[in-house]
Amino acid sequence: MPEIFRTQLMVVLPETLLAVFAMAVVLLDLVIRKKSVLAGISIAGAAAVFYSLFYTQGFAFNHMFVADGYGIFFKFIFLVSLVLAVLLSNKYLSVEGVNHGEYYGLMLFATVGMMVMASASDLITVYLGLELMSLSVYVLAGFIRHSARSSEAALKYFMLGAFASAFLLLGISLTYGLTGTTSIGGVASYLQLHGLAKNPVLILATILYVVAFGFKIAAVPFHMWAPDVYEGAPTPITAFMSVGPKAAGFAVIGRVLLVALGSMSFEWSTLLIVLSILSMAAGNILAIAQTNIKRMLAYSSIAHAGYALLGVIAFSPEGLASMMNYLLIYAFMNIGAFTVVTILRTEGMKAEELSDYEGLSKTHPLLAALMLIFMFSLTGIPPTAGFIGKFYLFTAAIKAGYTWLTVVAVLMSAISAYFYLRVVMYMYMKEPAKQLEMAKSYGARFALLLTGLAVLVIGILPAGLIDMARAAIIDFGS
Amino acid sequence: MNPLLFGYLAAAIIVFSALAVTRKNPVHAILFMIVMFFHLAVMYLGLDAEFLAAIQIIVYAGAILVLFLFVVMVLNIKEEMSGERFSSGWPLGISLAAGIFLLAIIMTGNVFPLGQQGIYTPALIASETHTKALGSLMYTQYIFPFELASLILLVAVIGAIVLAKKRLR
Repeated sequence: MPEIFRTQLMVVLPETLLAVFAMAVVLLDLVIRKKSVLAGISIAGAAAVFYSLFYTQGFAFNHMFVADGYGIFFKFIFLVSLVLAVLLSNKYLSVEGVNHGEYYGLMLFATVGMMVMASASDLITVYLGLELMSLSVYVLAGFIRHSARSSEAALKYFMLGAFASAFLLLGISLTYGLTGTTSIGGVASYLQLHGLAKNPVLILATILYVVAFGFKIAAVPFHMWAPDVYEGAPTPITAFMSVGPKAAGFAVIGRVLLVALGSMSFEWSTLLIVLSILSMAAGNILAIAQTNIKRMLAYSSIAHAGYALLGVIAFSPEGLASMMNYLLIYAFMNIGAFTVVTILRTEGMKAEELSDYEGLSKTHPLLAALMLIFMFSLTGIPPTAGFIGKFYLFTAAIKAGYTWLTVVAVLMSAISAYFYLRVVMYMYMKEPAKQLEMAKSYGARFALLLTGLAVLVIGILPAGLIDMARAAIIDFGS
Repeated sequence: MNPLLFGYLAAAIIVFSALAVTRKNPVHAILFMIVMFFHLAVMYLGLDAEFLAAIQIIVYAGAILVLFLFVVMVLNIKEEMSGERFSSGWPLGISLAAGIFLLAIIMTGNVFPLGQQGIYTPALIASETHTKALGSLMYTQYIFPFELASLILLVAVIGAIVLAKKRLR
């Protein structure tokens, strides 16, 4: 039936395509011995999906799913983090002795889940996308089965993730009971029509949503899982889940809080301000005390969730666009930093302690220079992309009248300079204590090149990205 | 539903759930859980949801709990029973849970206006049967979530095999 094909199936073409690639990878794993081929197929799949994104438009399946600019921008972020993480994986997995094909399949499935979340226009789709993503990532976190740390990470993530899902489901059922619909647009118009904005049930539902999404983006006080899970998971997966699921959480926050509960903006923005300040403070201050670089980056990722929340709190198109920009920039700089950590993991050497980086500039000057760029970018120092991201976020927050909150955020950024630049100090001002080797992985080197270039190019020429995000949200919420 | 029947079912579900959580012997805990599931199934029957009742028996009481029992048989029950049932933080946990429960009651108590009603009134469901109504909705309006759920199950199967298969190195 061509009509159904055009109006329904075409809209979910990218998701369908990626799911097909995921299943193909799992099946081909049986016949293909060289797992790097599967990584290649995954990247080819991501490229095909990226190409197909441009052919999708509009609602499908009874308003369960919508392909709009907002969703497509987020899908771009997910595909970027997928490709970069896959590039890192092959060599790392052989070093750890767990180079199995299902790994790539699960990564693709997780990305399908994120894409569904970003495009959900119904609370049921939100929930199912979130579960598809989370289940895949739980397994990936525990992929190094012979490592107790990895298994512990998977179990912790699973327990707390299941807990968060329960909160989300309770929020959804309260919303459904109150409005009689699960459609995001339907909820928004019903609340408006019946003036239910101050209803206590709805306030309770809002709190439950904030708790559930707070878990997914690892905002304080729902961050307890993040350091242990980030430390225990395979490093490429840590890179992947510090960006992908976090961005997916923000995508859903945009859909549920900004659109469905738009009339409740006072309530949820009050909650999010608390979350944002706590995340920035706890993330940055606790990161100072860390000696393991993966844990340090975990706390830094908590703090970055706090910054990105500013864009949501601003509750303006500009805030939304700056939040999307920030997440894309964060994908490049954070995965870049994790790439350096991954590439230093070789057979004899874990290279996860900060002291391992002493004197890196003497032994590997180029790698140290790239790490310097990523650390500068994470701090927010020009001319790197991180500065642009923070600049637009803070501008949007000030324009929305949150000057005091921006001052807090800037102060917290200043604190963060201490632990980011400490890495730089170790690399450049100390003598090499250990002989570190770089893993012989072309994929990881290519990922380094891509992320380094992206951080610098966006930092110097940000206009293209800014316009792209602004154009993406023109039809948002319609 | 008859209020007496509802009262009995509600009380029984609470009592058996509490028993399932507090028993030290895991086999006893699971048997209490099965009893609780059967009461829940009767509750569904009373709400004209016979399909859910059947699923409750087949999937939960049948498949999942039998799996639980298998897992419990692998455990060393004597060792399980020697330790404390709850960790030392349980009074804090239970008071937090009670606090959230009270908050939910206060907030939803008498200010819960029900939303718009769909076309499926209890009378229509009773005449058309719950199974048919559920099926026709699931395979038309909710086909997309249905397909997504199938992907989730696939991931669960792959994940279970990846995490549990024999080869370690």
